Amino acid sequence: MSTMTGKAAQPAKVQAGPGTSQSPAAGPQERRGRKRPSMGVQNAAGWLFSTPFLVLFTVFMAFPILATLLMSFTDFGLRNVTHPLDANFIGFENYANLFGDEKFLKSLFNTAYFVVIGVPLTIFLGLVVAVLLNNGIDRARTFFRVGFYAPVVTTIVAVAVVWRFVLDPSDGLIAGLFTEVGLTPPDFLGSETLAMPSMIAMAVWRNLGTVMVLFIAGLQAIPTEVREAAKLDGAGVWHEFRRITVPLLRPTLLYATVITTIGYLNVFEEPFVMTQGGPSDSTLTVSLNMYREGFNFFHMGYASAMAYVLFVVIMGITVLQLRLLKDNTK
Amino acid sequence: MSATRAPGAVPAAPSKEPIRPQGVKKTRNPKRLLIYVLLAVGLLVMSAPFLWMAFSAFKTSSELSASPPVWIPTEWTLDNFRDLLDKLDLPLYFMNSVIVAVLVTVSNLVFCSMLGYALAKLNFVGRNKIFGLVLGALMVPGNLMLLPLFVLMSKLQLIDSYAGLVLPFAAGAFGVFLMRQFMQSIPDELLEAARMDGAGEWYIFWRIVMPLVKPALATLSIFAFLGSWNNFVWPLIATNDPDKYTLPVALATFATDPNKAGGSNGMLMAGAFLVVLPVLILFIALQRHFTQGIATAGMK
Repeated sequence: MSTMTGKAAQPAKVQAGPGTSQSPAAGPQERRGRKRPSMGVQNAAGWLFSTPFLVLFTVFMAFPILATLLMSFTDFGLRNVTHPLDANFIGFENYANLFGDEKFLKSLFNTAYFVVIGVPLTIFLGLVVAVLLNNGIDRARTFFRVGFYAPVVTTIVAVAVVWRFVLDPSDGLIAGLFTEVGLTPPDFLGSETLAMPSMIAMAVWRNLGTVMVLFIAGLQAIPTEVREAAKLDGAGVWHEFRRITVPLLRPTLLYATVITTIGYLNVFEEPFVMTQGGPSDSTLTVSLNMYREGFNFFHMGYASAMAYVLFVVIMGITVLQLRLLKDNTK
Repeated sequence: MSATRAPGAVPAAPSKEPIRPQGVKKTRNPKRLLIYVLLAVGLLVMSAPFLWMAFSAFKTSSELSASPPVWIPTEWTLDNFRDLLDKLDLPLYFMNSVIVAVLVTVSNLVFCSMLGYALAKLNFVGRNKIFGLVLGALMVPGNLMLLPLFVLMSKLQLIDSYAGLVLPFAAGAFGVFLMRQFMQSIPDELLEAARMDGAGEWYIFWRIVMPLVKPALATLSIFAFLGSWNNFVWPLIATNDPDKYTLPVALATFATDPNKAGGSNGMLMAGAFLVVLPVLILFIALQRHFTQGIATAGMK
């Protein structure tokens, strides 16, 4: 990777004399003596190779992102799907309405609930499994890794259908366990207080594998000498974990926390398939709310405003996490 | 189909796991035993929903609703699958999913590699800006694009078409990032030697670079294919005609419509089984590439 830093510095110099093959600043030492293809060729090739991606990116990403922003300031509705330009500009009305909309506030709260409980649980359990796998288990490591990672790759809709059945109060798996020990099984997904925790349990089950894989990679990057030295100095397991493992895992911890948080803030499929947001909107998340407003009721301007509020929240939290966790490193 | 075959052709990376010296075999300390027990319990919990699904798909209706629950069916039956296939044209949805996933995979392999090569190996004005764009694109949540994308696709009359399902995912930032990371490790001398022999950039890319990054292409194929296979929100929005549904959309529609599934958990488990099984097989066969991909994209 060391070549990377050397190369990254170059384009700036290239800009000084584009199109000339004899750029005097072409590079340090021997590089100058070598025959290089003219900068013009590399420029043309670079842009030709970038074009397909850039076209797709512009049409299907940059444009929609901008369009969502514009739409959020209009009363974009069903009729505007065929006549987009007829939508009326209404300023910040959608945004103003959002914060008086109880349903939206509830969906915001539900999403926050999901993230605040779900993220730490996922990170913690993922870390525990990774540490267990990395300590003293060599033989069956692949086997266990595959087992813990499997839920990540499976189709979420199918998995949500399965969980619905697992949690079914009359003939589900967990209900069965309750009856076996003589308890009345609760109606997990039908209860306002239990529906969200059930969904969090499922999300943790499904996403723990990603975090685990990241932590395993992070743990393996820690030089064995460091651990050995700590052991020689008489550090116990817990001490070694706290003083060596955790500090050296900070970058991984940061990355895992950020991507898990972003994923959980967007939670959609789980409530869509398992509860449709119910009971009494107790599992209505921002994404599900946005989908409904946009594609069931065709309040697309309003839904766009929701999308942007969520986006701003995600950006804000990501920046905050990067700050907080980075500062702790020092 | 070539895209799905590609990963299998790639030799598995050499195992990095240390080979234990002989004699260490005996579990000297009880600590190790405890770790095994903890992991085994964890794995059991993790796989319980899958096992429950797989067994339930073959249960009779009386065993499905038995209390206390029956784990392993005493009388294996294919009725659930038969009923499901009567009510739901799964082969059609399966084909839709396969076609979309293959197209997404192939286009990602080509377009992401092209840009990855340019970013890793070509000096051109604006390269850093494009790379910044790619990194930015990695962070934007997909939900932000759904509404205008739907309007755009309606305008282009691509709702209910394969093109409409494929185009928004034809080239992902993750793929570009992945390919760039891998291509950076190819020595510049190799490419410059080819250039001095008069090879054009396209030739170098296609004949020299691409064969060298086969493991990365395998990783990208798997991620693109599974990403498309498991995708739900966009196909849900971009299809109205049930004949164009992908598997997850068909299953979700079936599962959330009380008139269709009629609360039959047997049929639903059979459906989930059929949707999840190919993915699990693919994953288990190619699991090394997954962890490699995550680690590469995650760590650097």
